[in-house]
Formats: sequence, C-alpha cells, structure tokens
Amino acid sequence: MTHGDYTYKPTNAFTKWLDDRLPVIRLMQETMTNFPTPKNLNYWYTFGGILTFMLGVQIISGIVLAMHYVPHETLAFDSVERIMRDVNYGWLLRYMHSNGASMFFIAVYIHIFRGLYYGSYKAPREVLWLLGIVIYLLMMATGFLGYTLPWGQMSFWGATVITNFFSAIPFVGESITQWLWGSFAVDNSTLQRFFSLHYLLPFVIAGVVLLHIWALHVPGNNNPLGIDVKGPADTVPFHPYYTTKDGFALVLFVLFFSYFIFFNPNALGHTDNYIQANRLVTPTHIVPEWYYLPLYAILRSVPDKLFGVILMFGAIFVWAFLPWLDTSRVRSCKFRPIYRQLFWILLVVIYILGYLGAQTADDTNLVFWGLELPIGKLLLARICTFYYFLHFLVLTPVIGLLETPVPVPESISKAVLAKKGA
Amino acid sequence: MTMKLNLLLAAALTLGLAGAALASEEESGTFEPKHPQQQQWVWEGVFGKFDRQQLQRGYQVYKEVCAACHGMHLLSFRNLSQPGGPEFTEAQMKAIAASFQVPTIDDNGEAAQRPGTPADRFPAPYPNEKAARAANGNALPPDLSVIIKARHDGSNYTYSLLTGYTDAPSDFSLLPGLNYNPYFAGHQIAMPAPLVSDGQVTWPEGNPAATKDQMAKDVVAFLTWASEPKLEERKELGVKVMIFLIALSALLYLAYRRLWRDVDH
Repeated sequence: MTHGDYTYKPTNAFTKWLDDRLPVIRLMQETMTNFPTPKNLNYWYTFGGILTFMLGVQIISGIVLAMHYVPHETLAFDSVERIMRDVNYGWLLRYMHSNGASMFFIAVYIHIFRGLYYGSYKAPREVLWLLGIVIYLLMMATGFLGYTLPWGQMSFWGATVITNFFSAIPFVGESITQWLWGSFAVDNSTLQRFFSLHYLLPFVIAGVVLLHIWALHVPGNNNPLGIDVKGPADTVPFHPYYTTKDGFALVLFVLFFSYFIFFNPNALGHTDNYIQANRLVTPTHIVPEWYYLPLYAILRSVPDKLFGVILMFGAIFVWAFLPWLDTSRVRSCKFRPIYRQLFWILLVVIYILGYLGAQTADDTNLVFWGLELPIGKLLLARICTFYYFLHFLVLTPVIGLLETPVPVPESISKAVLAKKGA
Repeated sequence: MTMKLNLLLAAALTLGLAGAALASEEESGTFEPKHPQQQQWVWEGVFGKFDRQQLQRGYQVYKEVCAACHGMHLLSFRNLSQPGGPEFTEAQMKAIAASFQVPTIDDNGEAAQRPGTPADRFPAPYPNEKAARAANGNALPPDLSVIIKARHDGSNYTYSLLTGYTDAPSDFSLLPGLNYNPYFAGHQIAMPAPLVSDGQVTWPEGNPAATKDQMAKDVVAFLTWASEPKLEERKELGVKVMIFLIALSALLYLAYRRLWRDVDH
C-alpha cells in the first residue's frame, strides 16, 4: 500500500477561492492529514501528541482555575480549598491541573529520552531539538511558578530556595533576587507576579510548540531505524494511520492520568503543601517536585553555591550541544552496540540522582529499600554528577569515533519486509 | 525483544522517580516517630464510601472534645447535611448551627452575638493566635480543616497519635508541660491526651459503645471527610470515567488494527 501524492487539491469553488487567498486548509491538510510519516514509528513516538494534549489540558483547566483562585498571601491557600469544596467540579479541575503537571513531565521525559535513544537530535533535526530544550526549560519555569500558587509550606519554601539560586550570581545576585521577589523576601508581591507569569508562560510554550512542529515538518519524523525516508513506500499519511495509533496511546495515557486524579490525587504532591505558608516555620525537609529531583541532587553535590547552580543549569544546557558532540553518523542506538549500553547507564545514573535528590542533605550512608549501602549519599551524588557530564562531554564524542556500528538497513520498507520474512 | 524490555524498564524507572519522592518523608530529630498503625478504613479503595453514622459520631467527638482548642475554619454548618458527608437532616443541621453563638454587628454597630445559620463557618475557639498560644503553654493548636491531608498517611497517623499516648520511658527526659507520644516527631507533644476515658462522649441509641478506640476511629473518619468532602463524588465519577476510557481504548485499538492490517510495518 503506497501513498504517493500528498499535495492538497481544493475540491470546490469555495476552497479554490480560499486557497488562493489564505491557504489555511492546505496548511492543515499537508501538515496534519496528508503529512507523510514513516510507517515504522513505535509507541514511544506517540508522546509528542500526548504532550500537545497535556498542554491543552493544563491551559484549559488553568484558565478556569484562575477564575476562582485569589493570588494574595492571606487568601490564596483558602481560595484553593474553596475551589476544592464549593466550586462545581472544582476538585476535578484542581486535581487535573496539579496531577496534569506531573503527567506532562512524565510524558516530556519519555519524549526527550526517546529522542536521545533514536538520535532524533542529529542533522537535519538540530533546530527541532533546540526548540525542544527551550520548551522543556519553559515547562520547568511554569511548573515551579504554579507550585508556589497554593501558598502552602512547600510552595513558600520551594520558592525561597529556588529564587535564592539567583543570589549566587556575583555582584548583582542580591539585586536580581530582590527584583524577582519584588520585595526583600518572598511575600505577597512575589506571589502576585508568579501568578501573572504562570498564566503567561503556557502561551509562550504553545508558541514554541508551533515552531517545534514546524521544525519537525521540514525534515519529517525520525524513526526507530534512524534512517532517512527514501520514498513513498516508506511512509503512510499521518491521518488516519497515526491519528488512530496516537489516539489509542493517548487514551491509555489518560487512563493512567485518571487513576491519579480520581483515586490517588495527592500521591505526587507533598503533605506539607496542605499547611498554609508560614515564614516563621521552616519544614524539616524541603524537597522540590519529583521532576526536578535529579537536578536538585546535582545542585547539592557541589559545596560552592554558584558552581552548583552553574552545574545544575549546565546539566540541561549540555543537551544543546549534543547534535555536535555526537560524532557518530548513525542515528539510532539500535545500530550502536556500545552507545546503546551507555544510554541505559545514563538513565540509571539519572534515576540514582533523582533518588538522592529526595533524601535529606547529610552525608550518611545511602539506605535503599531498607538496605544500607556502603557509600555516602554525597559521594554517590558527586560520582553520578561527574558521570552525567562525562557521558555528554567525553563518552559521546569519543565513542562516536571509536564504535563500529552494525550495518543499517537500506530503507524502512526493506527493513520491514526483512523482519516479516524472518 | 530485549530493546522492548529495556524501554519498558526505562519507563518504570521514570515513574520510579515519583516513588522516590514519596519515599522521601524523612523525619527530624533524634526521636523518629513510630510508623503509624495501619487500619482498614471504609472510605479506602476504588468503591470506598464514608459511613454516615460514623461521621455523625465523629462530628460529636470533634464538637465535644477537639473543638475546645481546634478550629475548622474551612467548614460551614451547611456542609454537615450535604451529600457524601455526615448527612445530618436539614433540621438537625440547622439545630446544630443554631446551638452556636457567632459574632456579628448589631443594628447599632456594636459587636454582638447571634445564633449560627447554615452558611456560618464553624466558630473559632480563640479570637486570635496569641490568645490560642496563651491558653496552651505557647503551643498553637492547628486548624483541623485539612489536617488529614497535611500529614503523611494522615488517617492512620491521626488515629495512632490519638490512641498512642503512654508514659515516657524512664530514660526519656520529657520537657515540662509536654506529653509523651511515640507517634509524634520528637516524641513529645504539647497536646495532652484528648481521649481519656471510655464513655467520654454519649452517642444516641443504636451506636457502638464509646470506647477510646471507637471515638478515635470516628473522629478520624470525620476529619478525613472534612479534608476531602468530595471524596465520594470523586470516586464515583472516577469509576465511570475509567469504564468509559477502557471501552474507548478497546474501540480505538480495534480501529487501529483494522486500519494498519494492510500496511507492512
């Protein structure tokens, strides 16, 4: 089954007239319906669509929540509880929004690591990758700003810790921090500007997502084989083939999401955030949301504050250089026997960092599932941080040069037929 | 095959991070709190619902024991008769409200008192924080509106705390004015044991005996409902949503398989 012709042809007088003036139907058809898509995409490729859906969920639930929420330090906490108690389906909106943030991050991490595994960042998709990093950074900022809004203990102290990063900047750090706060401490003016920015940034994300999708449609999708599309035999039109597949995957994802909304809505949050913010009482243990934990561990592994902040942000910025750090000409890890192992080691290292990020900041031995390991938490965090940067800055370029990849198939359709024959 | 397994493993690890965050409830102080006793609560599970009688008994324990020091400023009297809660009848709820005096401003602009109405919030036990501290040896009794959600394993924790008062071990140096409770972080708590004797509260006919254990369980039920008054509505809707989504996913899967049947992939 081949689909050779993907161009749009207006069918009636009106669409012909419109197409000459504003080819919006053409744009929709050629990018969303007829768009030729490699036919070997697996389920890991459905997360782009899932992310778009989640952005919509967050924006819509957020707009309605903002109609009821009061951004004031004495009223914010109770206004959230009023949403939970007195607004029609307010509990649903709020649990969708708070769990939706976690779901958004689960999906984006799968999406990012899928790109890493199949080499989707390599030429000609560097700009697509860079735009993805911009989206991720905006998501981090939006998630953080949103977490401060209920004005619970973890909101307040999380905001205090994160905004204090900026005080590490030499000479101007204190001025910048006070400028961010709009005050001399985290207080009402901070909350109000964070609310304003939390409302703004999702629309910025939506704009960059459009660029991201545009940048995807120029070279087209990468695929699990990491080889270029050679002809019509390699592709199917996006609709209906991938709309049904993505739709099925999306519903499974929403099932997973719904479990949290309806049956375990507070599992991903922190109990301290149901205590109203109190600047006189510091929580015994300030932890960020789970999606920041690996970065938090990197930050804490460095004794010097400024260097810690630099390393933490560097852990993300290093991704921006990946298209040029990866010297291998083969995209997909499927055909890279050594680098594939390194990918899994990297995932384990990031997981350990995340685990360490959730622990108390002391140098006792690590207790993992009740088992005391003969290694200090701090030392382990430092080893993992070192390895994280080693992976990107040294192993990736060096292995790319030394490794002998497995021969890649000639085309997607030939690989598919070979698999069927075997 | 191995790769599929590997990818599954990756997903599991990603999700596991969330678990790590949950497992991170580290405690402070040299005296770590005892792990709360695990109870079977009727509102747990997918189909869990509150027991109306238990919530009504629990309200009475709150009113007669806890409310002397602890406010619940997020609750109104009307909540006591709404669906999914203790479901007092309208008349019972109005009578409860009217039994309280709430502050108001009279027609001359003077501070005055009037009987409560369904729209009134539960009255605060103290006029302000300083008064609360002055009456409690400088400790502040927390508001109980969302207390169950504000404590890790809240229902079990609160039950264990209420029933966990014992004499301090001989080698434990208890500060004056504090009470020994191994479930509290640091093991010393300003609140004296609130449930001191069986029969402390008199429930209407047809209810179980008011043992200390039963009173603790019932007030925990009431506080759990107060923290999450839409719990029943949430779970009921959740079951419907899950059934719908499972059916929809089955249809979409069949559509997907049918469509891709003729494509080599």
